[in-house]
Order: sequence, then structure tokens, then C-alpha cells
Amino acid sequence: MNREMTAGIHLDGVSRRFGVIRAVDDLTMSVPRGTVAVLLGPNGAGKTTTVRLITGSLRPDAGTIDVLGLNPMEDGDEIRRRCGVVPPKPALYDRLSGRDNLRYAARIWGASEDTIDEAAARFGIDHALHLEVAGYSTGMRTRLALARAVLHDPEILLLDEPTAGLDPESARAVLDLIRELAGSGRTVIMTTHLLHEAEGIADQVILMGAGRARAAGHPIELANRYMTSPVVIIDAENRDLLKDLDTHRGVLGAKWNGAMHVTLESIEVLPDMVAALVRDGVRITRIEPMAATLEHLYFEMQRQLRDVPPPDTPPPDAPPAEMTP
Amino acid sequence: MSWSNVWTVARIDLHRLFISKDYWIPMVILGGIFFVFIPWVLLGVVTRPQSLEIVQQIGDVLTSLPGTAADVVQGETAAARAAYSRAVFLLAPVAIVVPLTISSAVGAQAIVGERERGIGEFLAHSPLQIREIYAGKLLASAIPGYVATVVGFGIYALIVNFRAGPIVGGWFFPTAGWWLLILWVVPPFLLVALSIIVRLSARVQSTAAAQQAASLISLPIIMASYVASSGFVLNPTVAAMLVGSVAWVLAIWGVASGARAISRERLLSVGAEA
Repeated sequence: MNREMTAGIHLDGVSRRFGVIRAVDDLTMSVPRGTVAVLLGPNGAGKTTTVRLITGSLRPDAGTIDVLGLNPMEDGDEIRRRCGVVPPKPALYDRLSGRDNLRYAARIWGASEDTIDEAAARFGIDHALHLEVAGYSTGMRTRLALARAVLHDPEILLLDEPTAGLDPESARAVLDLIRELAGSGRTVIMTTHLLHEAEGIADQVILMGAGRARAAGHPIELANRYMTSPVVIIDAENRDLLKDLDTHRGVLGAKWNGAMHVTLESIEVLPDMVAALVRDGVRITRIEPMAATLEHLYFEMQRQLRDVPPPDTPPPDAPPAEMTP
Repeated sequence: MSWSNVWTVARIDLHRLFISKDYWIPMVILGGIFFVFIPWVLLGVVTRPQSLEIVQQIGDVLTSLPGTAADVVQGETAAARAAYSRAVFLLAPVAIVVPLTISSAVGAQAIVGERERGIGEFLAHSPLQIREIYAGKLLASAIPGYVATVVGFGIYALIVNFRAGPIVGGWFFPTAGWWLLILWVVPPFLLVALSIIVRLSARVQSTAAAQQAASLISLPIIMASYVASSGFVLNPTVAAMLVGSVAWVLAIWGVASGARAISRERLLSVGAEA
């Protein structure tokens, strides 16, 4: 099968060290064409290094990288021509206008200058193109960097923490724009350490830690994999009667956090537990299952990883990143 | 290598310099001091009656020079010879000092400055070849210094001819040696220095360190230019051609090998963030 047709970006056992630090360590991941992958992990997880390896800006110490069927070490110029990158810092010339910054990129990528206004309008920055970038807000800078990244209509978009430093409104706007870009068939890799950003945007989440892909898959699939114990939220008029909940049969744990968060062995034990509470005179005001979020998933995964050292190779049932678009 | 890409890189830097008053105002002041103020004052001294004794001494010294050197110095009187020698020989090294000072300031920031601004990351992810980025940065560093020198040279020529011309016996400047200096000697000296400075700019960690390193590079090259310019006294044309030829060889080697010092990894602040 032609890999270029199935996997836009493929990393296999890739490692990269900086001195004694393993920035990326035996990383294997695959992002099919036309999908959105979110690299999720704390600072130092290897997200930025991964982006740099994909464009060929960094050379791997070991492993193979395949981008659109090309090797970044041999065909780096061609890959970079077909990629649009938003670095973690917008990387703009402050003393120049927004238009000059875009014009510069258009010339480098050989894009027509006619695309400048179109790209700027797409990201709602067209009204400020004549202004010096030094006067831009953080949100405007990010929008300009995004506009610059799509000027040449790239096949791959690599967005390194594109919402860093943005207020919630701007962050949402940027995420909507990314969703729109992904909808137009581009392959998108976005890095973030903000878990909620990955939800609703990612076809695939790759949880990274210490330079490795610890887990990968669709957010729901990952939640099911790691969040095996259901959690329900219970509140009552007489809350003091809830404090002994963890002694009920089938209850693994209970923790107060604005309401009682109860972890169950399985959802089947819930009716019996509720009946027991009613018998004990608890006047229940709220009971609802808690939806598994990536945040829960992330901390659950971290907890499990602390308990079990990471395997050298991904488990057979959980290939680090392969997924069906 | 695409020269269009090289010019794209150079043009954005030149544009940034052009709109940056805090860069070009000191540049104009520097050029003004070396090409206008100092020549005006030094040549003015020759024409003052109070300076007669000093002028006579200079004239005597010039008369006592070896045959070839003495033949080069034009002028019938001691004042004429003093004015001629000051205009032609004394200020020749200025033609090196000015472009090196101006260009080294730009060259020192060429790579490390981009890295500090985050632009290095943008360039590293771009389809530009490293050689194109290097050549563009080199060009953007060389052009301001050289243009300032050429413009300053023109103004200097006018000042010399207006102030010293009547004493020497007419407009005599630029001489053949000066033409060679500006067109044949200055460009390679500039390129030699910049090829080293831009290379260092890729290796140092901060702009401040790059500026220090640039000063270290500029100083010996300025001293070498003084030595070279003294050769013009004996035989301007041959000396300039010889010095220029050697400098061009060094410049071509320096520029060609300089690109190898830069890599995409150096454009990134690699190691700072994993």
C-alpha cells in the first residue's frame, strides 16, 4: 500500500537527544492524511521537537520519518514547501506591518501576493494589515501567524501551541479556525498542553510524556481505555449523610469536590447504591454520570504510568497513533 | 541557490533597517563625522595662516620621502602638498572604518537576532536553503555599510575639491588609488569581516555576545586596512590592486565556507525547549 496515500506523517522509532536530555525518545506515531492530530503533553514532553523533526529542521538521532512519502532529511525543502507552521512564538517582525510580514512569507513560499488579503480576511486580521505588528495584541499576532501559515495553501499544518497566551474568546476563535482548516482536507498536527483544546477538534490525540507517545487514539476511545471505572456525581440536601458513601458495596472511592464524586466498580451498582441512600434518609438533589474528559484521562494515564513503567514498545492493542480517519 | 530567495531575505532586513531610525541616524552621524566633519577640519587647518609652520613641516617631510612616494604627492607649495597628502592618504582608512562599523552592527545580529526574535524558527521551517539565508543575511549586512561609504565618498570628494582644490591647483580627487580603494578594496575587506561575523552570529548565544565578537573581528581588519593604505603612498595603483586581489581571494573563501557554519538547528534555539 502506498504510505503516502494512507499516512500523511509517519514517525517510526524516532529519537533525538540534546546532550543528556532525550527530547524525543523512540517515538512512533502516524497521522493519516486529512486528519487532525493533537499532541498533548506537559512542557518538555517533546511536542515542539516532534514538529521540528517533521519539517526536517532537526535531524533525528535514530528512527525514520516519512512526510507525504518524503524523507525530511533528503527532501526537506520540498516538505517545508508543502507545510505551514505556526511556531510557539508567532515569529513576526514587530517593526513591519502585518502586510509586510505576509508579503515576506508569500515571496519565500512563492505564493501570489493576491492571497494575502484572502488569508488575512479568513483569520479576521485584514483590517489591521497596514498597522505595525508591534501594536498587535497576542490574539492578532496569532491570527497573523495563522494567516501566514496558510498563504501557500499547504497540505500539512503544524501548529505549535497556537492558543498559548490567548484570552478564552481569542482561543476559541483560533480553534474554530483550525477546525475549519481541518474541514478543508488538510492534515493538521497541533500541540498543546491544554487538555480541553483537544476535545472536539482532534481525530486523534497523542498523549506524550518524556519524548514518547504514551497513548494515542480518538478521544472517546482513549477515555474508554483509561477511564474504566465510571464516576457519578451525587448531591443531597443533607450532605453529611453522603460522607460514608465509600463504604457502600461496589463503590471504589468517593471524594467531595463541590458535590460527591463517586467512583463505581461498574454502572450496574448504581441502582442499589441509590436505593440504599434513600433508605438511609438521604434526600438526593442531583445524580449524574460524569463525562470522561481528556483532563481526567490525562491524569488517569499519568497515574497508571507512575504505577507501571512505560514499555519499550507500545502494547499491541494500543498502537501509539494509528487510527482510522 | 535562488538569487530571488537571497534577495527576498536581504530585502526584508534592509526594509527593517530603513524604517528603523535608531539604526540609520547613528549611521548618518558616523558617516558625517568621518566623511564630512574630520576632513573639513583637517583640510581647514592647512588653509589657515596660523598653521603655516605646521604646514611647512609637513611639506618638508613629504619632500624628503623616497622618489616614488614623493612623485605621487601633488602640489607646488608646502601647503598644497600637505593638503593633498591629508586628503589622499590620511583619510584613506576611513573608507574601511565606516563600512565595517556600520555593517558589523547588522551582521552581528544576522542570525542570533533572528533567533532571539523567534524568526529563526520561521526561517528554519521555511523552504529557503541555508545558503540562501546566509547569503541574504550577508548581503543585508554589507549593503548599508557599502552604500554609506559610497555616498560618504562622494561627499568627501566634494569637500576635498572645494577646500583643497584651490591650493593644490584644481580638482584632483578622487585619485586612481581612491577609485580602486572604493571599488576594489573595500568590498572584499567588508565581505571578509562579515563572513566571519555572520558565522559567529550563528554560534553565539546572545546579540550582546555577537556584538563583542564583531568588535574583535573588526579591529584587526581595520588595523590591516591602515597598513594597506600606507602602501598607497608608495604606489597607489599597484598597492590597491595587490591588496584588493588578496582580499578578494580571502572574501570568496570566507563567504563560501561561511554558509557551512549555519544550520537549521542553529536557527532554532535548540535545547532551550524540548
